[in-house]
Amino acid sequence: MHEPSGVIENLFVFVLASFLGLELIRGVSRLLHTPLMSLTNAIASIAIVGSLLITGRPHDSTLITVLGTVAIACSAINAVGGFLITERILKMFKKRGE
Amino acid sequence: MDETSGLSSLVQYVYLASAALFILSLKWMGQVKTARRGNWAGAAAMGLAVLGTLIGGGISSEGFMWIAVAIFVGTAIGLPMALKMPMTAVPQRTALSHAFGGLAAALVGVAEYIEGRDAGHLTHFTSSALAAEMLLGFLTFTGSLLAFGKLQEIITTKAVVYPGRNFVSLGTLAAAFISAIWLGVDPNAIGAFYVLVAASLLFGVLLIIPIGGADMPTVIAILNAYAGLSASAMGFVMNNKLLIIAGALDGTSGLILSILMCKAMNRSFVNVLFAGVGAAPAAGAAPTAPNGKSIVGFSIEDAKAVLEDTRSVIVVPGYGMAVAQAQHAVKELANVLAAQGTDVKYAIHPVAGRMPGHMNVLLSEADVPYDQLWEMERINSSFPEADVAIVVGANDVTNPAARTNKQSPLYGMPILDVDKARTVIFIKRSMNPGFAGVDNELFYLDKTMLVFGDAKKVMTELVASFKEGAH
Repeated sequence: MHEPSGVIENLFVFVLASFLGLELIRGVSRLLHTPLMSLTNAIASIAIVGSLLITGRPHDSTLITVLGTVAIACSAINAVGGFLITERILKMFKKRGE
Repeated sequence: MDETSGLSSLVQYVYLASAALFILSLKWMGQVKTARRGNWAGAAAMGLAVLGTLIGGGISSEGFMWIAVAIFVGTAIGLPMALKMPMTAVPQRTALSHAFGGLAAALVGVAEYIEGRDAGHLTHFTSSALAAEMLLGFLTFTGSLLAFGKLQEIITTKAVVYPGRNFVSLGTLAAAFISAIWLGVDPNAIGAFYVLVAASLLFGVLLIIPIGGADMPTVIAILNAYAGLSASAMGFVMNNKLLIIAGALDGTSGLILSILMCKAMNRSFVNVLFAGVGAAPAAGAAPTAPNGKSIVGFSIEDAKAVLEDTRSVIVVPGYGMAVAQAQHAVKELANVLAAQGTDVKYAIHPVAGRMPGHMNVLLSEADVPYDQLWEMERINSSFPEADVAIVVGANDVTNPAARTNKQSPLYGMPILDVDKARTVIFIKRSMNPGFAGVDNELFYLDKTMLVFGDAKKVMTELVASFKEGAH
């Protein structure tokens, strides 16, 4: 589907993003591990990009339309729900006297 | 032709901005002060990603119609779920969203495979990446559904073990791996595709069935990592760097959290996944008291008498507090104690509850200020100076056997040093042993007062007796 050089480029991106992720997540206070998980959950709904592309691309297969549409709906549940729940959780964290 | 080269270069810039916002989002999530900003940055990043994809061109008018329907349905389900969910249901809801995420990735993988195969343009690399995406996606889907069922107590929370289970699980995993490799070698092997889908779905079930409730924090974190990695694999298939980056961030987050959970139990991944810890203890394994000591239950009045005129009290919450929904009653007791001049702190064990950080969320819900929530390493030195430690619905994480008894399955696990407090009030529903099926020697110490009853009821009655005394 694409040149092998694209594969290497993508591997570079993956490895560097993973190291960046390790550093960032290590910096998250343990207090916030539940909202962190619900945030990363919402971020994983980035799969919606792939779902949109596969559904929207012109094709004449009903099966692909069905698979893609279900995938978009699943990702949308996570995207909408994930950020809202994280907001609800974070709103509850208060300091003494706040 | 490469599907991304058709997108205008503008879309790539939008994706770049989105990736940067995702990174900032996780950075800001690090501290309470900036965490909400982090969440909004994440939401903005997602909005940009969706917008960029939609304006990028290449989407047919029929496609737009289906997209609109799907987003409407997804929002109609996701919105009320997010707004109405009680805070005690956060672990279940997290597991369920891992299931949705895994399913989305897997279905896109299936669609890509079918389309690519029909068009005859699947390369070895693409079909290998597709195989990884489908394997991770489908196993995350069934595994997370099962985890949801356990957390919601639709199915047993105990570890279900059967003879030869590791053989069956590893055999299924091997079948999934072999068919994935086969698909990489021969992208047109439709038989391998079917085996891969079936084996991945089955392995998700087999992976979670032998996991007991208290190992859920680790397992949820692992499933979180899998969901992220499947999104990354999708990025490799579609040559989309935004998918790769966001998936990698999610994957590493799940990985780090699961490592932290394993460390907090002094166990390895392999042990958590395959040892079947938390199966129902053998019948007749009733706890036996050492030195012929017997268990005596104390009354609310006894507990109240001990708590009066204390200078410092440490509350140790566990999953039992979540089950009994006792967090508000606990906070009320803390208020009463604070009113008489007692310093109240909360000691949070990393694996207390059913997901990482579970106790912090519940106590914050009950308006406990987060600066009173102390991590294990920071609070343990305070127990010797504490007048009373109140254990509410925790058990194994307080068991001194983890320090001293090499025969104990808990040996080596870092624990809260509750036994070093001057007096321990241990609120307990019944004499059943903790999750690990191990007797807690804390019960037999002279300084320990066991108060039997539902955590919420005991707490509420304690508060009431203090208030009566004040009149």
